[in-house]
Amino acid sequence: MTRQLTGSPAAPAKTVPSAQRRGRWSGRTRRDFFVFLALALPNLALIAVFTYLPLINNMYYSTLDWTLGSASATVVGLDNYVSFFTSSDAPHVLGTTLIFTVVTVGGSMVLGLLVALALNAKVRGTTFARSAVFAPYVLSGVGVGLVWLFIFDPGYGVLSWLLRGIGQQSPQWINDPQLALVMVIIVYIWKNLGYCAVVYLAGLQGLPKDVMEAASLDGANGFRRFMSMSVPLLSPTTFFLLITTMISSLQAFDLIRIMTPLGNGTNTLIYEAYLQAFGAYNRAGYSATISVVLFAILLIITVLQLRFVERKVHYS
Amino acid sequence: MSTLSPVSPNPASGAGSVKAADGGPELPVRRDKPFSRANLVQTVAGGYIPLIVATLVVVLPLLWMLLSSFKQPGEIVTTDLKILPQSLNLENYQAAMTTVPFARFFLNSLIVTTVGSTVKVILAILTAYALVFVRFPFKNVIFVVILVALMVPPQVSILPNYILIAGIGGKNTLWGIILPGLGTAFGTFLLRQHFKTLPGSILEAAEIDGAGHWRRLWQVVVPVSLPSIATVALVTVVSEWNDYIWPLIITDRPETMTLPVGLTLLQNSEGNGAGWGILMAGAVLVILPILLVFAALQRYIVAGLTQGSVTG
Repeated sequence: MTRQLTGSPAAPAKTVPSAQRRGRWSGRTRRDFFVFLALALPNLALIAVFTYLPLINNMYYSTLDWTLGSASATVVGLDNYVSFFTSSDAPHVLGTTLIFTVVTVGGSMVLGLLVALALNAKVRGTTFARSAVFAPYVLSGVGVGLVWLFIFDPGYGVLSWLLRGIGQQSPQWINDPQLALVMVIIVYIWKNLGYCAVVYLAGLQGLPKDVMEAASLDGANGFRRFMSMSVPLLSPTTFFLLITTMISSLQAFDLIRIMTPLGNGTNTLIYEAYLQAFGAYNRAGYSATISVVLFAILLIITVLQLRFVERKVHYS
Repeated sequence: MSTLSPVSPNPASGAGSVKAADGGPELPVRRDKPFSRANLVQTVAGGYIPLIVATLVVVLPLLWMLLSSFKQPGEIVTTDLKILPQSLNLENYQAAMTTVPFARFFLNSLIVTTVGSTVKVILAILTAYALVFVRFPFKNVIFVVILVALMVPPQVSILPNYILIAGIGGKNTLWGIILPGLGTAFGTFLLRQHFKTLPGSILEAAEIDGAGHWRRLWQVVVPVSLPSIATVALVTVVSEWNDYIWPLIITDRPETMTLPVGLTLLQNSEGNGAGWGILMAGAVLVILPILLVFAALQRYIVAGLTQGSVTG
């Protein structure tokens, strides 16, 4: 009895691995191997050629003194990096990038949270308002940029008209480098606010109801509940938004290009990289250098995010 | 616009009438009474007003764009602001079409978006299926390669891609616009996550019936995954239509420009005050199609864009 029982399962247990070993490069497995390649290879090849290869090429180009369109280039090693970091370009471009990123990230997150609170109210019309607020996020940056350029127009814009109404002269938004940056930041926040609002709204709706009710019964008022319950409980959402909005702010291009075509005070890293290669200068090597700097910054943020997320996993 | 305006005033007036009907003269005004005066004030001030303000901040600039697109130069170049255009004439749209080849831009955008999105969605489906359902060594390594690609911003690749595509004759061609963006990490990632949640039993049943991978993919996996595929498709359509930096670099002749690039051309030729009406007409043409798609299918688009990942 016992011998029979132990004997019968042992026999297949012996044959299964050997069958697997034999079948590794034959029959179905081999067919699967080629099916996989046929299905996945086109996409993987495209990603390799147009996403990974450029990263390597960029690093190579950044070591060249090379005019775009010219057939010859000189290898100059790290000269481009040296001239970027020692010239006035670095403080100017990095400073502009820092201001743009910090203000747009902070602005769209704070305002996004406030809008999320409004959308979370138990009143009618929130579904429509939620869609409306999110809409600018999906619209063409070029179209949105033109609409706002018209609004900011010192001669015929709505804003100049409103300012005249209170006896003010409209400032020259585009010609003044500092105001140009302010203008681009305002429009960028307008366009991206809805993303933060909708993500925060999902966070608010996921807050544990019993905990919030308990705080309410304990006599905590709305503001108190918000500051000492909602805000800390939303910290994973805040962290997620911080990373995603930071990455997209560092890549902001469309609005900046359309609103300030020559880059007057709005030269962030990505825009400066574009202007150096495709603007007036055709300095391909220098442009690649700035792209590598931008990529390095994005890489650091991504790595920090992954490390932090790993740590966070233990809490939940 | 008629669909947009009624929503904001309605709730407020509705709340007001309720207040008048119910009245608040009862002495102990308690907050938990639904129609007490304090509660109504709180609902309007804390509920409706912020909601209306937030909606107006978004809607008004877009409404302004639409209204201005019908205005004559004389109605724009004036210190006396008029909100509504004198008539709904389409002269600005005609002017936009004749100043630059706008119909051509529109067609180019349509081709690039349709071809680009179709290919990307198919590639995403095929790759995700392979990653989930086909046996292959190093699948996890391949997945990590795709995940990392998701985090590489396309903007840092523009110069090398320009040199590559221009080198093989892709400058000022539609395929040159489409090709570099075809590899899809975002769609693959999103669909893989969804395919992983499918119950294995439905595929086993198909396998027992003798269905090969191809039939299992198109007759089992795709039909049950349509919402996820729609999400990927719509997010792809939106980003292809709006794509700016790459078409801007790879085209410099009007024949192959897409709408956003063409608008830049229009901006250069209509850079004075009188041209704003024409530029707003152009902006309407680039914004409105996506706004309509969004209005109809926003559930999928919002879900796709807030998926908890960095979109490429």
